Amino acid sequence: MSTIVTPLPEAPLAWKLPYRGKVGMACLIFAESAIFTIFVVAYLYYVGKSLSGPTPREVLETPIFYTVCLLSSSLTIHFAGRLLERGRRGAFLALWLLTVVLGVLFLYGTGQEWHRLIYQHGLTISTNLFGTTYYSLVGLHAFHVSAGVILLSIVLLFGLAGRVGPEQSRRVDVLSLYWHFVDAVWVVVFTVVYVLGR
Amino acid sequence: MSSDAIVIQTAEAAGRPWVETLHEWVTTVDHKRLGVLYILYALVFLVIGGIEATIMRIQLMHPHNDFVSPQVFNRMFTMHGTTMIFFVAMPIMFGFANYLVPLMIGARDMAFPRLNAFSFWLTAFGGILLYFSFLGGNGLYGAGNAPDVGWWAYAPLASRAFSPGHSSDYWTVALLASGFGSIATSINIIATIISMRCPGMKLSRMPLLAWMNLVMSGMVLLAISPLSAAQIMLLVDRYLGGHFFDTQAGGSATLWMHFFWIFGHPEVYVLIIPCFAFASEIIPVFSRKPIFGYPVMVGATVCIAFVSMSVWAHHMFTIGMNSYANSFFTITTMAVGVPTGIKIFNWLGTMWGGKIQFRTPMLFCIGFLFQFLIAGLTGIMLASSPFDWQLSGSYFVVAHFHYVIVGGILFALFAAFYYWYPKITGRMLNERLGKLHFWLFVIGFHLTFDLMHIPGLLGMPRRIYTYEPGRGWDTLNYLVTIGAFVQGIATLVFVANLVISYFKGAKAGNDPWDAWTLEWSASSPPPVYNFASIPRVSSRRPLWDLKHPEDPDSRYE
Repeated sequence: MSTIVTPLPEAPLAWKLPYRGKVGMACLIFAESAIFTIFVVAYLYYVGKSLSGPTPREVLETPIFYTVCLLSSSLTIHFAGRLLERGRRGAFLALWLLTVVLGVLFLYGTGQEWHRLIYQHGLTISTNLFGTTYYSLVGLHAFHVSAGVILLSIVLLFGLAGRVGPEQSRRVDVLSLYWHFVDAVWVVVFTVVYVLGR
Repeated sequence: MSSDAIVIQTAEAAGRPWVETLHEWVTTVDHKRLGVLYILYALVFLVIGGIEATIMRIQLMHPHNDFVSPQVFNRMFTMHGTTMIFFVAMPIMFGFANYLVPLMIGARDMAFPRLNAFSFWLTAFGGILLYFSFLGGNGLYGAGNAPDVGWWAYAPLASRAFSPGHSSDYWTVALLASGFGSIATSINIIATIISMRCPGMKLSRMPLLAWMNLVMSGMVLLAISPLSAAQIMLLVDRYLGGHFFDTQAGGSATLWMHFFWIFGHPEVYVLIIPCFAFASEIIPVFSRKPIFGYPVMVGATVCIAFVSMSVWAHHMFTIGMNSYANSFFTITTMAVGVPTGIKIFNWLGTMWGGKIQFRTPMLFCIGFLFQFLIAGLTGIMLASSPFDWQLSGSYFVVAHFHYVIVGGILFALFAAFYYWYPKITGRMLNERLGKLHFWLFVIGFHLTFDLMHIPGLLGMPRRIYTYEPGRGWDTLNYLVTIGAFVQGIATLVFVANLVISYFKGAKAGNDPWDAWTLEWSASSPPPVYNFASIPRVSSRRPLWDLKHPEDPDSRYE
């Protein structure tokens, strides 16, 4: 059985399948969406059900600036990817660095908000249902942003060492797919926590 | 195809120290070895879970029996359920998927081999963590060891107040770890099937096993993720003082039920769809006919996956949902019966008019068909919410889902073992021992689980550690326990067959069953690289085309 498939009457076919990295990341995003959905459902289910204060209306401030930071980082990473494709490494690195900075800024914003909530308003994860659901949902998202920032930084380091070229652009695209997902989730979290939840 | 390479390899293996072999197995990223590891790991836990079941059955043999204490009994049913679902059924399905999918679609490995190894070790670590609770669950509280809150871990039973010590934490973390492993494996399976198919292997030509594992993996992504999310919430409650499921702070115990069953019900289909896959590969080969209604089979599978995502609350009819919810979940649950019925019809259609060979794999498949049908029928009974109000939480339910899991899933798994063992080891399983195993198991199974319905109908609740005499349950429980022992003996016959045949079994050759899918073109066991040259297929049965060049399937496509 050395040739398992004898040449059967068929025209030679062009055989091209989707890139596995992209498929894998799409699946991960699918699974992550399910996780976030459960947290969002829990958040919405418990809106207004806390037995004690503080309530979201009293303490939450809409983080417009940091939201703009995070959402615009989706644009920078997208254009970074396109630049890499065309082999413009310097411009790629600059935009990539900008993406990392925007991500870190967002995390700083979250940290600042949490600091304010904890020290000024005494809201912790165990204070009431709002605290439990708020810190879990926003925390889960912040965790994903942190993971993203770490991954982006690794690419940045490789890039600075001159190891990222157009031939890696497919892989870089996989990472930017993740980053877009993290941004998209923020749109949902933002709507739920700062718009509907108040 | 490359039998020379294999001969050289085994000759090499014989002369090597065992440490080196062990090292190779522990560090392997080969999909076949990981598949075997998954299966062996699951078999170990199958024996452990079986022992736990036996302990429960001995305890329930007589009224007022004191074989184990109530506390131990609680631990036994919790560990039995958790073990069988998460550390037997899931890993064994992933094991077969890992082993077979790349071979069947003409790939050399999975899409992400290292992720594959990582997922296996996560799952393995989860199982060890769960059983470490027997030693470490006590914590500093002196509050019992293994988890004892049932495999649903309903709130508030799983909260700190009612489950002190670390037992529930071991449960949570073990499920979280193995859950991430399952998600990663599923991602891997999907990426493999989408991106690694050999030239010509269009989706419409893919073996049904690959199709159904694709659907199963998609379901895992949708089902295990909510469980992981719920486990994270439970951890937040238990460790950080959160209030998700804390009713005293306004939290909801019902929400946990919803989250658990959003996982819990699709999980049943996650386990049964690979079994449909086994049946869809085995029945045609032993009926000597191609599968009847291939596109309909694929459609029915996708349909089951879709509908089964919206049936979860039929586990919750007794908690007092409103009539709209009750009606909705009754209707959707009954609707799942339709695509499932289509499948059973198609398998029968495959057998109809075929030259059926009653080899052991086929016997188990036929057992699967009948028993799965009956399990489905009691499922339809329980789907009707008024009927469920009467029997929820009784032994009728226990009998129903064991009919699915043992009569359906386990029988199909045994069929898969007998069918693919020659491919995995290069040796045939002994046919006489196989038939003995089958008949013993059929007798034991029916003795246990047919009769178990009756004490349920007579009002025997599940999860009780003993009962009063004279309620009409005594003789039935006695017979149920005897049936459990018969099944135990049958399983020992199976294990003996696995071991004996590994050393003494007849040589299998590449294609002992005269089958049609790609894995039978490789040598048994297949070389590390699977295929010396990547095959090209032009029909659903590439090996048929090869064996019958005068009348290939491709002519009719």
